[in-house]
Amino acid sequence: MNPHRRSPWVIAATVLVYFFLYAPIVVLILYSFNASRANVKFEGFITSFSDRVEMDGSFVKASPCGPFHWFCDLSKNDDVLEAAGNTLTIAFVATIISTIIGTMAALALQRYDFKIKPFSQLSLYIPIVIPEIVMGIGILTLFSQTFGWLNEALNLTGDARLSMGIGTVAVSHIAFMVPFVTLVVQARLQGFDKSYEEAAMDLGANEWVTFWRVTFPMILPGVLSGALLAFTLSLDDFVITFFTNGPGSTTLPIYVYGLLRRIITPQVNALSTVWILTVFIAVLLLQWLQSREQKPAHE
Amino acid sequence: MTSEFAVEMRDVVKKFITPEGNELNAVDHVTMQIKNGEFFSMLGSSGCGKTTSLRMIAGFEWPTEGEVYIEGKSTGHTPPFQRKVNTVFQSYALFQHMTVFQNIAFGLEMEGAKESEIKKRVGRALEMVQLTGMERRRPRQLSGGQQQRVAVARALVKTPDVLLLDEPLGALDLKLRKEMQLELKALQQQLGITFIYVTHDQEEALTMSDRIAVMSKGRVQQLATPVEIYERPVNKFVADFIGESNFLEGKIKHISGNEALVHIPVLNAEIRGMPMSNNFVNGEEVSVSIRPEKIRIAEQAAKGEGLFQAKVLTSVYIGSDTHVYADLNGTRLKVMEQNRISRLDPSSFYTKDQVITLVFMPENTLILKKD
Ligand SMILES: Nc1ncnc2c1ncn2[C@@H]1O[C@H](COP(=O)(O)OP(=O)(O)OP(=O)(O)O)[C@@H](O)[C@H]1O
Ligand SMILES: [Mg+2]
Repeated sequence: MNPHRRSPWVIAATVLVYFFLYAPIVVLILYSFNASRANVKFEGFITSFSDRVEMDGSFVKASPCGPFHWFCDLSKNDDVLEAAGNTLTIAFVATIISTIIGTMAALALQRYDFKIKPFSQLSLYIPIVIPEIVMGIGILTLFSQTFGWLNEALNLTGDARLSMGIGTVAVSHIAFMVPFVTLVVQARLQGFDKSYEEAAMDLGANEWVTFWRVTFPMILPGVLSGALLAFTLSLDDFVITFFTNGPGSTTLPIYVYGLLRRIITPQVNALSTVWILTVFIAVLLLQWLQSREQKPAHE
Repeated sequence: MTSEFAVEMRDVVKKFITPEGNELNAVDHVTMQIKNGEFFSMLGSSGCGKTTSLRMIAGFEWPTEGEVYIEGKSTGHTPPFQRKVNTVFQSYALFQHMTVFQNIAFGLEMEGAKESEIKKRVGRALEMVQLTGMERRRPRQLSGGQQQRVAVARALVKTPDVLLLDEPLGALDLKLRKEMQLELKALQQQLGITFIYVTHDQEEALTMSDRIAVMSKGRVQQLATPVEIYERPVNKFVADFIGESNFLEGKIKHISGNEALVHIPVLNAEIRGMPMSNNFVNGEEVSVSIRPEKIRIAEQAAKGEGLFQAKVLTSVYIGSDTHVYADLNGTRLKVMEQNRISRLDPSSFYTKDQVITLVFMPENTLILKKD
């Protein structure tokens, strides 16, 4: 028997897995081109590119954007743009900071021995395993208590009062992203031989130069993976953001949730499509970067 | 201004705390003086502290006690990047994200050399290790032997006073090893740089070195030239570790100058030999060592001093030599005879249970301290 012939069961299972993974995404994207205003029924693609009069006599103005009607609608929606801006700002800031902290933590855990090391290692898993909602409530309580106390103690009034906003969201995102980054970078460091660093120092590089010329380039793929993971976690975080945001710091997930409670239009789909595409391109870009990094220089 | 010694270790101790929580003297009161331009080897079995000694010279570890001197200057806590020694690592530790050129250029960049200067010197280094044309390859795209050469070039391009090599040929197959041994030795002679070479392969150490430090359990057992180490081992450990030896245990009966008489209980006889230490006392328990190729088999049966009757156990013909294993009053001895004369006649070979006379010459019989 040919060992490479696959059993029909395996093929069926594969198809099913892919179906459940990708069908929702395909549907979502299809619906963002829906001709209907209601998002529950697919009435075909937007095909009418000129003004027309319906059978019942109503006048329908053609969309200037053709099939991308809902995307145009979206781009005129200031709330969406603001939410998108907030989401990206928070994701970028939180990713950069959590990647720096997480990488440093991973390096410290790898090379130094200290009394509380087993505890530090274990404590990394706690934010990952405890329910997000518990963490969200915890952070909310912490912030509101501290802010209340500080506002009172420093006699802050008006705009100077500390309150929930983009800052608190970013800080809480950093808090839950650091362990993820640390774990990803640690995995990369597992096989890292300290003789590379010793070789660099042997050749005359001090600790600083050794880090930037040898250690960092070698662990960079791990750091990038950690950063990407952190970035996507931040982009689609709902629960923690829900507890820590404030006026003016609505992010996309929070905004979409708000939309869904009112009316569902294909605008939501268009928004999701853009979102998926962004993440998809980011992942592809990273893959490409990594493969280019590993590919040998031409002969 | 330069000292006579390239590197000097004075009474160096390095203690480690093992994972089990015990204190371990990985290097135990080691003193050695390595001369300028010398090919110096540290030889010993696994765990005897060779790498630890080398790492203290390179600056990756600091001695717990004692002091390491480079070119006559105490090193103290000088970091590795300020020592004029360079290392060839056992794993090579080539930077995988850099090309061969970049790897070799790294050390020169750290010195702040100009680009044109770097180009020139890297080119020369590549020529020296016969890798011209491979500049743009990554380490992964090279064979083991080529990687090894890059590691050597990367260290030598810095023109160090001393090159440290930690089992640099350990990962190579036998044939390539032999080739690289010769190449490294030639390179060392051509450049006149001091090489400190760590190996657990005695043949490698004997062929390449000017002097060898035989180490065991963190201590230097003997520090001498290859000939002295083989012909005049200072104790039983060295005689056993380097080459092959037959040992007989006994007690010193009489000692005078460079000759001693040892009573061997199992033979119920005395053996005359050369004392390998000058502080033996009468009645001291000693080991007597005779190398297999230094025992002669007499043509005819004879009796007398230094002559012993033994029974052949087996005789193994291996072309250039014949190895005879013989039983001497319950002690198994190995005797090596060169096949100097071409012969086929079966009667000219030793057979099992044949009684032969072994000749122990006093100058081939070494009397050794027991430790
Ligand atoms: N960092 C360390 N912590 C604890 N013990 C160590 C450390 N480094 C080395 N040792 C111990 O010190 C002893 C000497 O080690 P070393 O690496 O110098 O041996 P070696 O002679 O180079 O052996 P090999 O031929 O196997 O490389 C060993 O018993 C080793 O387990
Ligand atoms: Mg070693």
